[in-house]
Amino acid sequence: MDSKKPNGSPAQAGDAVIEVRDVCFSVSGRKIFDGLNITARQGRISAIMGPSGTGKTTLLRLITGQIHAQRGEVCVWGENVAKMTRRELFALRRRMGMLFQNGALLTDLDVYENVAFPLRAHARLPESLVRHLVLTKLHAVGLRGAARLMPAELSGGMSRRVALARAIVMDPDILIYDEPFVGLDPISMGVIVRLIKQMNEALGITSIVVSHDVKELATIAHDVFLLSGGKVVANGSPAELRGSDIPEVRQFVGGLPDGPVPFHYPAPDYYTELLEDAP
Amino acid sequence: MRVAHTDSLPITTLRKIGAVVLFLSRILANAIPAMRKPGLIVRQIYNCGARSLVIIMLAGLFVGMVLGLQGFDLLQRFGSEDALGIAAALGLLKELGPVTTALLFAGRAGTSLTSEIGLMKATDQLTAMQMMAVDPVRHVIAPRFLGGFVALPLLAGVFSAIGLFGAQLIGISLMGVDQGAFWSQTQGAVGLEDVTEGIIKSVVFGAACSLVAVYEGYHAEATAEGVGLATTRTVVTSSVLVLLLDYMLTAAFLT
Repeated sequence: MDSKKPNGSPAQAGDAVIEVRDVCFSVSGRKIFDGLNITARQGRISAIMGPSGTGKTTLLRLITGQIHAQRGEVCVWGENVAKMTRRELFALRRRMGMLFQNGALLTDLDVYENVAFPLRAHARLPESLVRHLVLTKLHAVGLRGAARLMPAELSGGMSRRVALARAIVMDPDILIYDEPFVGLDPISMGVIVRLIKQMNEALGITSIVVSHDVKELATIAHDVFLLSGGKVVANGSPAELRGSDIPEVRQFVGGLPDGPVPFHYPAPDYYTELLEDAP
Repeated sequence: MRVAHTDSLPITTLRKIGAVVLFLSRILANAIPAMRKPGLIVRQIYNCGARSLVIIMLAGLFVGMVLGLQGFDLLQRFGSEDALGIAAALGLLKELGPVTTALLFAGRAGTSLTSEIGLMKATDQLTAMQMMAVDPVRHVIAPRFLGGFVALPLLAGVFSAIGLFGAQLIGISLMGVDQGAFWSQTQGAVGLEDVTEGIIKSVVFGAACSLVAVYEGYHAEATAEGVGLATTRTVVTSSVLVLLLDYMLTAAFLT
């Protein structure tokens, strides 16, 4: 199924939906991105991978307009996110779903009301339809039976599954997942992986997945972008990346401690520091 | 042009006042839409008001009893014990009721509001709302502000009523003040303008305490320490603000 661009014309499979062009972004003088270029296409699952601290979550915040780049531009359906008015940004976000690392469930609402929250905020639907939609989404993530539990009663994995149900309840055109597999047991992980794939195939949703899980992502991602040093060091299909000779790719995919990406945070020489007199 | 002393105290204070005024204008702009979901506001009135009732009633009772003891001790020196009712009623309605309620409100409900909003921020709940195209100021901040704004005057009324009960308990039952004189003199001397003064003060304190609480929570650093510091700032700022506003309002009413 093709979604529509803001101007109403249908987006075709393969059209650029999210374009990150030559983006530079620094925090407190520390460069996070230095000329970053990424394109996520209609109906495809794009995986953003990279070592910790490479700015993967920051990239999601740029795409969703929570922060703005100091140089370059982030466009969604051709519209520069940084130049959108608040109203336009909210209109864009109504077509996006985002799964946060920690779930970010509203702690004063139970599971059912959390999933119903976007529906109640944006759509005047009869209660019977709200109930139907909420239970359908909760069933999809296997938590229909937990509808009346409060967030404090859920495990970390369950919270994330509820958050996923909430992210898809408005049937968004773009789904953004921030570390969706962290803390999930193998069964839940398998279900979530299949769910991401099914939603992409059945609804033509454009998905962006930020994750470290090379193995899981390799089974569902169409395009993989590997970030390092503020840039995309490699991109392509999972198979292309597996066969890549780029040192960063080999180190990341192989999980090697030695390579161009340092494991240790910059520090003085280890032995010199150990032999120094304690203060 | 050389920009100097941008972090000096007056500039920082002005900047902070400007930020609070802008925040208040955002709340007020979202107040009417928030009222379309009265359930949210009623829940906050319950959280801020009903849940503070016990401490307010206890404090009111003891303040009233102390007022009864001290008032009787002072008035009997002039042979005017019968005026105890007037002294207690005016003291409670115009000063002790609104001020003490506001100070207790800042410590009980204000800290609760700040820490709740701060924790919502620290756990990405406010960001999640923004990502769902829902303005957290409309859905979270405005109902809490309105809830506190409504609850404080009601609590001040309860405080004054219980306080007067405490004062008559001491004056009439313990010190032997004539019951008829106590109540008739109170009825004769306390006018509508005295009650209005108390109501106006408690409404102003309600707005000030609620605004400080939601502002500090919304702007808290999203860490455990940040939320703790914001909660402390709520108590300190609210308390000082209440005493300052009380002086200004009292001076205004007396001129």
